[in-house]
Amino acid sequence: MAFRAAVITFPGSNCDRDMAVAIEEVSGTAPIRVWHGDAHLPDDLDFIALPGGFSYGDYLRSGAMAANSPIMQSVKRRAEKGVPVLGVCNGFQVLTEAGLLPGALMRNASQNFICRTVSLRVDNDQSRFTSGYEAGQTIHIPVAHHDGNYYADDETLDRIEGEGRVAFRYVENCNGSRRDIAGVLNAQGNVLGMMPHPERAIDPAHGGTDGITLFESALQALVSA
Amino acid sequence: MKIRVHVSLKPGVLDPQGRAVHHALEGLGFDGVDDVRIGRLVELDVADSTTDEALNEMCEKLLANTVIENYRIEKVG
Repeated sequence: MAFRAAVITFPGSNCDRDMAVAIEEVSGTAPIRVWHGDAHLPDDLDFIALPGGFSYGDYLRSGAMAANSPIMQSVKRRAEKGVPVLGVCNGFQVLTEAGLLPGALMRNASQNFICRTVSLRVDNDQSRFTSGYEAGQTIHIPVAHHDGNYYADDETLDRIEGEGRVAFRYVENCNGSRRDIAGVLNAQGNVLGMMPHPERAIDPAHGGTDGITLFESALQALVSA
Repeated sequence: MKIRVHVSLKPGVLDPQGRAVHHALEGLGFDGVDDVRIGRLVELDVADSTTDEALNEMCEKLLANTVIENYRIEKVG
């Protein structure tokens, strides 16, 4: 069965091709490429990916402009209908700015751009994106960001933790994120935002393949649905 | 009508930029700086008929991220 995925490209996205390659490698089907100015998403999508990069040059705030682009209205509606949406790095920033995920991503506490492979602990192994991992497992995924410092107020953090909505945490906090949070799910569990780049860890030549499981989990969730 | 929107981080939200600048000021020998917070100033030139409600909406929807930021609208004239 074909996996019908879409990768959205904003002006300034730069991981859209990597994302498309990762989805094709794992699912066997090339995703549909969608431009930010398109008013509508293709019908019957199984998966939507918002890639990393610097959409709109990070003007105003990272992800702020993209969150208000025409295509995001369609993404919001699909997300509400339960279509899985994965936002990586800038995609995560766009999802928080669009209100699809709680919190915000601020400048790294160190003020520095961080580009390296980090260790993550899998917190939730029940979601449709993480079911192939085991809770407590340590995986290695690259990060590359300047604004990855996850912030939400205590009440929100308590709530998302209580609901099992933290997907991944940094083993060593690299950017100042509150409670070491690296990836967050929405209440329905069909939207995941994460700063680390699973699409950059799908081939041994990348230095690791721990990202494959995330895409496989998403595919598996669809097959078993 | 000229409008200034002052966007600032909410109290309690750590400001790494402000902290770095604070540190730099101390490094330059300026004593007695208790805290530095960095915000953003957005200047708008809008039609005189623009309502307060519309200005608020601009701030809520785009100019500020109310998860982490407060905003203050100043009418300059």
